[in-house]
Amino acid sequence: MAKQQPRVDAVIVGLGWTGSIMGMELTDAGLNVLALERGADRTNADFAYPKAADEIQYGVRHTMMQKPKQSAVTIRRNLDERALPQRKLGAFLPGDGVGGAGAHWTGVLIRPTPTDLQLKSFADQAFEPGVLQEDMQIQDFGVTWDELEPHFTFFEKVCGQSGTTGNLRGEIQEGGDPFEGPRSEPYPLPALQDTQSTDMFDKAARQLGYHPFPNPSANVSRAWTNPYGMQLGPCNYCGFCSRYGCVNYSKASPQTCILNALKQRSNFAYRTHANVTRVELAPDGKTATGVTYIDENGDEVFQPADMVVLASYALNNVRLMLNSGIGQMYDPVSRTGTVGRNYAYQIGGGIHLYFDDIEFNPFATAGATGRMFNDFSPGNFDSAPYGFIGGAKMHASQASGTPIKTPLPNHTPSWGQGYKDALKKYYGHHMEISMAGSVMSYRTNMLDLDPTWKDPYGLPLLRMTFDWKENELKLSRFMRDRLREIAKVLKPDHMDESFQLSGDHFKVTNYVSTHNVGGAVMGTDPSNSALNRYLQSWDVHNVFVPGGNAFPQNFQANPTDLIAALTYWSAKKIKETYLKKPGPLMSRA
Amino acid sequence: MASQPDNVSRRAFLRGSVTLIPAVGLAGGVSLTAQANEPAPNLSEYQPVFFSEDEWSFLLAACDRLIPGESAGQGPGALDTNVPVFLDRQMDAPYGHADRWYMEGPFVTDGSPDLGFQYPYTPREVYQKGIAMTQQYCKQQYGKRFEQLDGNTQDSVLQGLEANDIDFAALNGIHKLQAADFFSQLLQNTKEGYLADPIHGGNKHMAAWKMIGFPGARASYRDWVGQHDVEYPLGPVSLTGERG
Repeated sequence: MAKQQPRVDAVIVGLGWTGSIMGMELTDAGLNVLALERGADRTNADFAYPKAADEIQYGVRHTMMQKPKQSAVTIRRNLDERALPQRKLGAFLPGDGVGGAGAHWTGVLIRPTPTDLQLKSFADQAFEPGVLQEDMQIQDFGVTWDELEPHFTFFEKVCGQSGTTGNLRGEIQEGGDPFEGPRSEPYPLPALQDTQSTDMFDKAARQLGYHPFPNPSANVSRAWTNPYGMQLGPCNYCGFCSRYGCVNYSKASPQTCILNALKQRSNFAYRTHANVTRVELAPDGKTATGVTYIDENGDEVFQPADMVVLASYALNNVRLMLNSGIGQMYDPVSRTGTVGRNYAYQIGGGIHLYFDDIEFNPFATAGATGRMFNDFSPGNFDSAPYGFIGGAKMHASQASGTPIKTPLPNHTPSWGQGYKDALKKYYGHHMEISMAGSVMSYRTNMLDLDPTWKDPYGLPLLRMTFDWKENELKLSRFMRDRLREIAKVLKPDHMDESFQLSGDHFKVTNYVSTHNVGGAVMGTDPSNSALNRYLQSWDVHNVFVPGGNAFPQNFQANPTDLIAALTYWSAKKIKETYLKKPGPLMSRA
Repeated sequence: MASQPDNVSRRAFLRGSVTLIPAVGLAGGVSLTAQANEPAPNLSEYQPVFFSEDEWSFLLAACDRLIPGESAGQGPGALDTNVPVFLDRQMDAPYGHADRWYMEGPFVTDGSPDLGFQYPYTPREVYQKGIAMTQQYCKQQYGKRFEQLDGNTQDSVLQGLEANDIDFAALNGIHKLQAADFFSQLLQNTKEGYLADPIHGGNKHMAAWKMIGFPGARASYRDWVGQHDVEYPLGPVSLTGERG
C-alpha cells in the first residue's frame, strides 16, 4: 500500500525552468505548491569555482545529464525498424536534477518569429498545393505573437537577456535583427563582447548582404537584478558553459534567476529524488487526483493534489501522459489519438574552418558568444522553388574551447605522431560556421511506449520514431550552399563540411541537439493536439503540461524563450480564469 | 596575424589576471580528493588498481603508439603524461562500471550501428575482452605478445583493430565485441587522459595543455576576450592549483 502525503493545491513534476516559473506564478496566486524532482538537489555551491571547470567530468561524462539507467529512450527511424534503447547519451542531453537542462544549457535565448507561431497558415498562403510533403502535419501553435510578447519580455528580464534590439515597436534598429517580431521593450542588457570568430563571420555575412546580429544571450553582459530580486554578475567568459553549471553566477538558470526567491515562500516546498511514475485519475478519468512517485528509499508515495503540472523534460512529459492514460495514444496508421503525435527536432550542420595564422583563443568565450542572421527563416526568403518549408538560424558560435572536444581536420591522422602534430597545429586556429534548421512534423515522427524495454520500476520506456525527411534534407542542402558562400569569403586554409543530405538517416551516436519538441502539442483542435492553447490537457482539465512538448513542429533556433513564454501564458490563464472556475478552458466542440 | 601583445599591455594583463588561481581539492563527483594534492606518480612505479599485469603491459605499449613520446617528435606522449594511470582510475570511476548507462536486456547486437552502443559490456569488460583477444591474435599471427612486437608491427595490429579487419568472433565465438569498438574506446579514453585535467591521473604537469596552448581551469577571460588574434600569454593552471 502506497504511503500518502498531505494534499496540496498544486503539484509540479520537475523543477527546471517551467517548474520554477509555475512555482512562482502559482504561489503568487496563493496556492500551496509542491514540486517533485526526480534528480538531486543542486545549488550554485555545486558549481563553485573551480569545480565546474572539468571537461571530462561535465563535458564528456555528462555528470549533469539524465542517466539512461534511470530513463532511457528507445529509438527507431521508421515504423518497421526494431527500436533499440539509447544505452548511453548521444544525440541529445536532457538535464537531471534541480534546474534541469536550464542548469547546463548554453544560454542562447532567442524568440521565434510571428510567422513561426502560425506556420500552417503561412504555408497555406505561401505554397501551392502539392509542393510540400504529403505526410507533413504542421499546425499553428494556436497562440499569437501579440498574446505571447509580454511573456517573452518578462522572461527576458528574468534572465537579463543580453543582445542588440532589432525591432522596437515596429521600428528597425541598427545592428539588431531586422526580421525579429516587434518588441515592446529593448533587450534588458547590451550584447556580449565579440571575439575574433564573431567579427570575421559578421564581416563576411554583411559583405553577402545578410543582417547579422549578436546571439541573444542569457549569459549576462553586465550585472543585473531581475524582477524577482535575483542578482547575476557579469559573465567572465570562462569557456565552460554548455554542459556545465556556471562558475560565476552569470548564466541565467532556475538556480540563478528564480529558485532562491521561490524557496523563501512559505507556500512552496520541493522534494528531490522523488520520481513521479504516473498521474492518478479520478474514476471518471476526467480529473487527476494527484501523482504517485517513488521516493529515495524506493517506496511508492501518493501525493494528492487539486492540480498537476507536468514540468519535466518534453520527452518525459509525454511518457508520463502515456503511462497515466491522459488522452489517447497517437496511432500513425489511422492517424487517431494525439499523445505522442508530432514529435520534432532540430537539424544541424556546419563547416569547420581552419586558419594557420589566426589565433581564435576559443577558451575565452561565453556560451552564447557568436553572431547569427535570420535572413533564412520562413517568410524572409522564398523556399518554394527549392521544395521545402522552414528555415535556419545561420551562425558562428564560439561555445567552448575545451580540448577533448576540439575538432581536427578530417585529413589528419586520428592517432600516432600525426595526431599530436595536428593537435598542436590546429588547436586555437579553428572556427565553425553553422546552421540550426527547423524540423517539421510528420505522420511517422512520433513517440509511444516501447513494447520490450522497461525502466527500473517496470514501466515501459518511451519509444521515439524519428528520421530526417526530404523537406529537411533539402533545407540542409540549401543552407549548406549559403554557408559555402560565406566560407569562400573567409578563405580558410582548410575546411571540412558536415551536413545531413539526401539519403542520410538519423544517428543517435553523435550529438545533434537537445531541442526535442512536440509529442503533446498545443492547439485549438482536440483531434490534432493533446493540449489546448493554454497547455491544458483536453481530456483531464486539471493537468497542465508546459514544455517543448507543446510545439506542433520546431522552428529554427533555440526553444527556451518560447517554452518559458508559453509557461507564463498558461499560468496567466490559470490565475485569471481556471482557479476561479476549474474546468476545461476551451470547449472540445 | 598572430603576435605577442606588447610588454606594457602584457604586464597590465598579467596584473589583472592572476588573481583567480584555483587552490582546492575537487570535492564531490570523483573519488580523487585524496590523490588530488599528491604529486603525479612515476608511471614505472604505478601499481594499477584495476588492470592485471598483462593488461597493463598491453596498455603501456598501445598508448605509446597512439600518442608517441618525445623520442618520436615534438610534444609529450601518452606515457610521458601518465595516460595509463588515467585509464586505470577511470575503470574505478562510475564510467568504468557503465554506472549511468542503461544496461538492461535484451541486448540486440545486430541492429543498425546508427542506433548506438548495444553491448552488454561495461568499459571494464570491453578492455578485458578486447585486450585478451588482441593478445590472442598477436600470438596466433606473430607468436608474440603485442608489447613484444616492434613498433611498425604494433601499428599494423592497431590499424587492423581500427578497421575491424581483425575478426574477434573468429578468435573467440563467445564474445560479441567487435575489434573496431574496442579500439574506439581505447583511442577515445587515451585522448581523454592526455587532455583532461591532471586531477584525473593523466596530462601530467599539464604537458598536453602547454603543447597546444589551452589555459586549463583559469576560467576567467573578461580582460582578454576583447584582444583578438593575439596569442594568450599565460600558461595553464589545474583544478588543484598547479601552474604550468
